[in-house]
Amino acid sequence: MASEAHVETLALREQFDTAAQQKDASTLGMWIFLLTEIMFFGGMFMMYTVYRAVYPNVFGLASSTLDEVIGAVNTAVLLCSSFTMVLAVRGAQLGKRRTVMLFLVLTIVLGLVFLGVKGFEWNQKFQEHHVPGPSFHLEGTALQGQAQLFFSLYFAMTGLHAVHMVIGCGIMLFLLWKTYQGTYTAEYYTPIDMGGLYWHFVDVIWIFLFPLLYLIDRHLK
Amino acid sequence: MTQHIDSVKTYATVWVVLLFLTALTTAVAHVDLGAFSVVVALTIAVIKMLLVALFFMHVRHSNQLTKLVVLGGLLWLAILIVFTLADVFTRGWLSVPGK
Repeated sequence: MASEAHVETLALREQFDTAAQQKDASTLGMWIFLLTEIMFFGGMFMMYTVYRAVYPNVFGLASSTLDEVIGAVNTAVLLCSSFTMVLAVRGAQLGKRRTVMLFLVLTIVLGLVFLGVKGFEWNQKFQEHHVPGPSFHLEGTALQGQAQLFFSLYFAMTGLHAVHMVIGCGIMLFLLWKTYQGTYTAEYYTPIDMGGLYWHFVDVIWIFLFPLLYLIDRHLK
Repeated sequence: MTQHIDSVKTYATVWVVLLFLTALTTAVAHVDLGAFSVVVALTIAVIKMLLVALFFMHVRHSNQLTKLVVLGGLLWLAILIVFTLADVFTRGWLSVPGK
């Protein structure tokens, strides 16, 4: 089969027949990874669903103590970062190195803004004694245990999401460095594409976290 | 390799719609819709998820295998949630209406 051998490039490794086949394999592998992530977060969404069904009133009360304007603004920040991310991928498709770098930097900055706002919110929770533990106290209910359950889920879910954001920023920094070095071309930009899939996935998780955590029974307040 | 490069206009339109839906879901949460509040909130969230997946994650340009895998992932999540709820809701731990 020596006649079918081809010169190995980043876009076409030895084990693949065509560059399209290699790209499809990468995309499929990334999606399989994202499915494991869906199930990872899925367990938490599952637990949230069961406990919200069991304790609907306290969950509504606890949710109303979160600032939904900050939550909505942070959602918008994340959606903007997805927009800059997709423009970075588009720049990569066109082989425009400087465009890619610009939008990767913007994506990182927006990601850090999101984390900063998240940190501000968490700090507020500590000041308001809304962090599960010995000093926990939620006004307006005798059911402190159930209220702690809501905030345990709040910290676990937003915390796990924030960890993914930190990792995402790390991936973007790596892609920025490699783009600066000129590794990626219009023929080969798979890592930027896959990094984009990860970033958008983390965005989708937040799209569900925002209404489920911040917007329960708002009209009662 | 068939490569689809969407226009900036397409992405910008999706982005604006996503921001609008975020404002909408926040505003509608203040309206008393009873049990439908969560239905409306989740419907808007699913629409946003589909917009991000189809346009930003390029699922609409992906091959059949990738589309199948994405659907398979959602199916698996549905199994996790539906079967667990079927168990929890039939054990009498909850005050289920009409029971």
